[in-house]
Amino acid sequence: MVATPAHLLRSAAALGNEEVLRIRNDFPILSQSVNGKPLVYLDSGATSQNPLSVLEAEQEFYEQRNSAVHRGAHHLAVEATEAFEDARESVAAFIGADPDELIWTSNATEGLNLLSYSFLNASLPGAAPAAARFALSTGDEIVVTEMEHHANLIPWQQLAERTGATLRYIPVDDAGALDLEAAARIIGSRTRILAFTHASNVLGTINPVAALIALARPTGALVVLDACQSAPHLPLDVKALDVDFAVFSGHKMLAPTGIGGLYGRSELLNAMPPFLTGGSMITTVTMERAGFLPSPQRFEAGTQKISQAVALAAAANYLSETGLDRIHAWEFKLGQRLVAGLESIPGIRVLGPAAGQERIGLAAFDVAGVHAHDVGQFLDSRGIAVRVGHHCAQPLHRRLGLTASTRASTYLYNTTDDVDAFLNAVADVRGYFQA
Amino acid sequence: MSLDQLYQQIILEHSKARHGSGLAGAEVPDGASSGKSHQLNPVCGDEITVRVAVADGKVRELRWDGDGCSISMASASVLTDLAEGMATEEFRSVIGSFREVLRSRGKVAADPEILGDAAAFEGVARYAARVKCAMLSWVAAEDALGQAVSH
Repeated sequence: MVATPAHLLRSAAALGNEEVLRIRNDFPILSQSVNGKPLVYLDSGATSQNPLSVLEAEQEFYEQRNSAVHRGAHHLAVEATEAFEDARESVAAFIGADPDELIWTSNATEGLNLLSYSFLNASLPGAAPAAARFALSTGDEIVVTEMEHHANLIPWQQLAERTGATLRYIPVDDAGALDLEAAARIIGSRTRILAFTHASNVLGTINPVAALIALARPTGALVVLDACQSAPHLPLDVKALDVDFAVFSGHKMLAPTGIGGLYGRSELLNAMPPFLTGGSMITTVTMERAGFLPSPQRFEAGTQKISQAVALAAAANYLSETGLDRIHAWEFKLGQRLVAGLESIPGIRVLGPAAGQERIGLAAFDVAGVHAHDVGQFLDSRGIAVRVGHHCAQPLHRRLGLTASTRASTYLYNTTDDVDAFLNAVADVRGYFQA
Repeated sequence: MSLDQLYQQIILEHSKARHGSGLAGAEVPDGASSGKSHQLNPVCGDEITVRVAVADGKVRELRWDGDGCSISMASASVLTDLAEGMATEEFRSVIGSFREVLRSRGKVAADPEILGDAAAFEGVARYAARVKCAMLSWVAAEDALGQAVSH
């Protein structure tokens, strides 16, 4: 394995620009120029960049240990299986789960689809008796929120449509917070599933997980947490949060694309019907039927994303050694600097919590008279990468009276200079477009 | 390629002027047959509805409603100026020329003789993410024209 750079060894001191500049040395992609300007990467909410230790872990796997896992008795097969299961152990520990409670998926989207398809299978005639607790039918309700990413909305829409269940949602207030009074009315005895995001990818709001779980527990509903925007940025402990399921994407937390995770309570996972079926997930197979392995193999049919899992473990290691609490604190500062700076520019409307209030290190905003696509193009001409569009949250944008917005999202490798370069450029946008 | 080559002055002006914008309450001209098409850019949520009215083998009127970036709004405005009064067959061929330029990744130069002000969108072809913005109203117009002619 690659040794951890000395400067990343955990320190109690807060992260600051000086250390961030050293961190940037681990991310070769960040040192390039774009349109003649130094790249300012503020799109980590969409996808993050990879440190050398992650790239090297993946390469080392292919150079030294590549093989199929959980089959074959040869040396490389053993090495690969060990690397794969070690990775599971590391990433499970990273989110506070036991190894058999972490299922590898391609990304959070696949994790959420795995859940919804498993619950659909549980709702079909002939499902195993143990699966009855996941079966939905007319009269049952699935509750989501108005701020969900499409990935945590459409699988539930589809599940409701196919089972006859009803999809309901907790509305968002003008400040970008969930309406908890409405939530208390909506979550009730008919609620079977409550699915919500830990942190909004548009508003930056961190949702009150404990308050929502307190509403859901008495109803017996299953609680699903979309941790895409929290797992990379703040200390996450799925057991302490007391959720039943959680999903996250590796590429938003310094790992390559194509790998993510689904956490589930072990007793639930072992009672759920499989989603994808085939090799590696079975016990005994006859021409007529098959028995299924327990979790996690139960949900990992076919050859897995082995090198990506190894790389994700290296990414989790990088984050842990930097310290999630320190990353969270640094991004809080960057987020506040973003919001305060944006609010001081005429014609800018920041979405979500106002300056001074808690948010993750991102800010989405509307520029009066200038479309988000044009804002993004203008910023790109200054070497600044941001996300434009509806950020896969059309209902939320509609709620806010918009079709699109511009979003700047930070990570542990962004400096206050990055934020200032961005703010200076935003200040010039309306002038350029004569708005 | 600089930002100013993408956002030429004529594009910025048309993005504000929005010629042809406003479908609500606008009746189809007497004696014309019309078609209407709605197009959406799922990437950004931009959308446009274009109505084309045809009479005597010519485009009598083009009207649209839409919401989008300066490229898409300017493109619809320029399209309106270009289309009105043009023979339907020529209009079809102009749409084809515009598409060819926009999809060429900058390899096909725009001919101002054919495209008029729409030649200003030549620079968009180099920005793959923006081609759909410029094409949105033209695709809608092509569809609407097909309906109007077949009526």
